[in-house]
Amino acid sequence: MLRRRGFGRWLFTGFVCATIFAVSPTAQAQSSDDLGVFGQLQYTDATGAKVFIEGVELSIDDVGGATTDKDGNFRIPVSSPGEYSITLNTATLPEGVTLKDPLRTNLVVTVSENADQRIIFPLITADTVIEVSESSFSVRRVSQLTLEGLKLGLYLAMASIGLSLIFGTTGLVNFAHAELITWGTLMAYFFNIYGLVGTFGFFAGWPAPFGAGVNFIVATGLAVVMGGVLGYVLNRVVFRPARKSGVSLLAQMVMTIGMAIFLRYVFVYFFGSRYRVYKDYGSQRANSFLGMELTSRDAAAMVVSIIILIAVGIGLSRTRTGRAMRAVSDNRDLAESSGINVERVIAQVWIFGGALAALSGTFFGFDTVKWDIGARILLLVFAAVTLGGLGTSYGALVGALMVGIAINWSTLVIDTELKNMTALVMLILALLLRPQGILGQKQRIG
Amino acid sequence: MDWGFIIERSFSAMIGPEVVVYALAAVGLNVHFGYTGLMNFGQVGFMAAGAYGVGVSVYWLGWNFWVGIIFAFVYAGVLALLLGLPTLRLRADYLSLVTIAASETIRLLARSRVMQPITGGVEGVNQFAGPFYDLSPFELGQFYSFGPFKYLGRDVWVLMVGWTLLILITLMVRQLMRSPWGRTLRAIREDEDAARALGKNSYFYKMQSLMLGGMIGAVAGVIQVIQKSSVQADTFNPVITFTIWTILIIGGPGRVWSPIIGSSIYWTLIVFIENTLRQLPPDVRSTLEDTVQLSDLNIAMLRFILVGLGLMLLARFRPQGIFGSREEMALDRR
Repeated sequence: MLRRRGFGRWLFTGFVCATIFAVSPTAQAQSSDDLGVFGQLQYTDATGAKVFIEGVELSIDDVGGATTDKDGNFRIPVSSPGEYSITLNTATLPEGVTLKDPLRTNLVVTVSENADQRIIFPLITADTVIEVSESSFSVRRVSQLTLEGLKLGLYLAMASIGLSLIFGTTGLVNFAHAELITWGTLMAYFFNIYGLVGTFGFFAGWPAPFGAGVNFIVATGLAVVMGGVLGYVLNRVVFRPARKSGVSLLAQMVMTIGMAIFLRYVFVYFFGSRYRVYKDYGSQRANSFLGMELTSRDAAAMVVSIIILIAVGIGLSRTRTGRAMRAVSDNRDLAESSGINVERVIAQVWIFGGALAALSGTFFGFDTVKWDIGARILLLVFAAVTLGGLGTSYGALVGALMVGIAINWSTLVIDTELKNMTALVMLILALLLRPQGILGQKQRIG
Repeated sequence: MDWGFIIERSFSAMIGPEVVVYALAAVGLNVHFGYTGLMNFGQVGFMAAGAYGVGVSVYWLGWNFWVGIIFAFVYAGVLALLLGLPTLRLRADYLSLVTIAASETIRLLARSRVMQPITGGVEGVNQFAGPFYDLSPFELGQFYSFGPFKYLGRDVWVLMVGWTLLILITLMVRQLMRSPWGRTLRAIREDEDAARALGKNSYFYKMQSLMLGGMIGAVAGVIQVIQKSSVQADTFNPVITFTIWTILIIGGPGRVWSPIIGSSIYWTLIVFIENTLRQLPPDVRSTLEDTVQLSDLNIAMLRFILVGLGLMLLARFRPQGIFGSREEMALDRR
């Protein structure tokens, strides 16, 4: 019995390691002379369509220059990290197109180590009416922000449920949850671009998903499975033994932090710090309806999220497993004494939470795939679960939707760059006014 | 391989400026966690508060440098007060959520475009530490050697001031923890309910501890930016907090000298490992680069992988640290 368990553990560890290494071919392409400044020149014409501009000259003094291609893209390689001033030759812009701020023909960027730096020259055409509504409370803008907020909230909800359930069943705040999200993004990217050949070399030449990348939808499915696997492994290899040997909850919390840092830097080690994009559904024109704009990709992801969240809700309230999860969350001892196998439920919660986090990760990665994509939204996830009530299963959903919408609404009054601060404000307000959360039960938490 | 160079670097790292900065930050964290049991996961936020306290008051307000330093401490104290108010009445994990969130928010705010006129944005604040270096008795650009240690003159001056401060603050913390006030803190760490039953206002004491440790963290931040002569938002990354945690747990939380010992061990090890890897013979290096992608950049990443792994293993198997005793072990209580 013992031996079999031990073997299973190594098998899984091996699998995870293999998968981490598999990301390697992508990072090899990267070297220190691969730095650059890049961007895309585009403007919106009178009909609202994006037009990419070809043949515009950009240059960096003493470094070099570039001319935009037919998709408006340009890239100027630089030799070392540092500060560069990029100049746009306005004479090469097409007739009628000007810089939004005519004085800013040169922009200063700081290129950091091993990451390409994107730079944006905002352009307008003479016939573009500069939308005044951008900074005002127009109905169109508020509804667009609400839609964006709903989208963020739905993704956040999937990311948060696992964190909340793990806390509920074990009392542990899992700071490594963000890395489960990143894992999902990276796995989807990996399966989308490479397929299994990256992990198991002998698949070379086989059809997808073995020998080559698969369609993003299949890749998402595989990423979700991998998310569940990582969740299971973390619990089985790290946290279950810790619980068994009586490591205190606070020490386990420090362990989750160590785990988070470890995973995050293993990701950047093999994946690199460059931003990447999925092969499929990269750039889509937004469809507009009722004055709101949404790409079909995002619409599909939102529909999937809603279906999954409803399924989760039904699963938690109707199925045996779901009820057991909630029972352990509510009162572990009582659940145990009524015959529920608590360790089994905890393992299920980790698998389930990991899979959901991975799914949210694949959706968060639509814009760019980054090694720290989860860490960037960790604050939002914490705010969502605290607001809803740490440990409550439906609370995370309510909290996530509130955080998502509030963050997007906040851009009506504050700079977009600072919108995530709203989450901190909400977190602190929640703790001041209702520390048990919206759906949490009042009990002594002091 | 140039072993002489590696050993010289490792020795210099043993008492170098990083050791002082991280040890000071760890002294602050030791007050929070080691003596009071507060889970502060945002110590880097207090360092940033100190750093920007000086930087902003000199750069934006145009104040005297020394006034700026005093402002930095006040600022860190106020920050601790603001973070403590909503969280210290609650269970321990809420403080950790809020501090980690706040420290990251401080960084994002400081590097944002909106705050650029005040904080210098991504470029940060540079060249403000002149008055400090004007007092230096050493030639700033010249190398000084003391036995196996070798530093630039400006670093010698930073080290002199830094170590003096570090030892003074450590002694101050030792005296404080031996006082009735310190014993109350430890009582709260051991059993908050019992401390309350004895009539101690634990909220009040925890707040004082949070403020004291935060202000010590600000000293670390001030010394760091003086040494670097620049305040950069992105140096105050959350991973710094957990490096400090690792350092504290290496030395053993709740012990007076553990931050210094932990910091010294950590930096010696890291510098030794990094320099050894960089100095590997070219054929070994290229093999490692092909098989496990050990590029120059990834050697730097290895540090954080080791921090994460070390923190995980220490918390799991030796939460009292290498030299600590189980008696003084806050991680074991709850």
